[in-house]
Amino acid sequence: MVKVALASLFFCLAGLAVPLVQADIKSYEFAEPEMAQRFVDLTTVLRCPKCQNQNLADSDSIIAKDLREQVQTLINTGQTNQQITDFMVQRYGNFILYDPPLNKATLVLWLAPIGMVFIGLWALWFFGRKTHVQGAMLSPSEQQKLDQLLAENRTPGRD
Amino acid sequence: MNTTTKRLLMLLPTLLAFTLGLFLYQGIGQDPNKMESSLIGLPLPKFNAQTLVSPSKNVTQADMLGQPALVNVWATWCPTCRAEHEFLLTISKQENIRIYGVNYHDQRPAAQQWLQDLGDPYVFSVFDPKGVLGINLGVVGAPETYLIDAQGIVIDKLTGELNERTWPPLRSQYLSLLQETN
Repeated sequence: MVKVALASLFFCLAGLAVPLVQADIKSYEFAEPEMAQRFVDLTTVLRCPKCQNQNLADSDSIIAKDLREQVQTLINTGQTNQQITDFMVQRYGNFILYDPPLNKATLVLWLAPIGMVFIGLWALWFFGRKTHVQGAMLSPSEQQKLDQLLAENRTPGRD
Repeated sequence: MNTTTKRLLMLLPTLLAFTLGLFLYQGIGQDPNKMESSLIGLPLPKFNAQTLVSPSKNVTQADMLGQPALVNVWATWCPTCRAEHEFLLTISKQENIRIYGVNYHDQRPAAQQWLQDLGDPYVFSVFDPKGVLGINLGVVGAPETYLIDAQGIVIDKLTGELNERTWPPLRSQYLSLLQETN
């Protein structure tokens, strides 16, 4: 019962959080409504350089506020999303992107998970295979001997 | 498959796990705030702004050229800037280091008062109340210090306090730049 109450409380709060974030965005003015949506998109995928784990939309730090205004200005002056992203990367590096590009420095990050899956599959195959190998390793004479032993020890009447 | 190959194969997952462990281990203890500046190797961004001291006098990036120098981003609201101020005064006076200031997101009277009270280590300070130059420099917060060569190319960047511990690596670069210039 307590669990249900807690869960519903959680969902109520989670529901509240969304309008709060959007209210902040309303204070930024745009020439066209489509631009406001781009602003939301961009400030969600751009990371605040000061605060490690917040995007530009969520952070209250000075730099995030400056960069939000910069994004707003760039959108209003007709820059495309790609141009705005490039502008940010040029100044703050790839750190500012939540979705890092595939390059030399990030290759390990991108490939490691695939590598892990392969290691896992390989391990499954390697350790799973063992039992089969041992079973198959009996030579015909050994197999004959085994059958004989089994036959000798068979309790009468049980099969 | 012979036994040796099989044994080696059995070691493989352990080796891989060990390698991954090493890779992750070298990340532990690294300062997540320490970021390579993307401006390194590039010229100072263009700007045209008032100096802190006089609203009627504008300066540009060209006014910072001619000699290697430090560009120090500071503000009166920044406690670490207060902490490093004494050190900036020392190196500008005793070691004759050229330092330009970028007064970042600040109030002009408060910043002028600060320099009057504490002393002014800067050749001049650019007044950047909206952080426009800050964004173009890739400033994340104050204090930050950039080392530039005589042509205004950014050579290195220090995030955080300049002091006896953080200055020597910048100093040696500054001195070799100075030798190249003369």
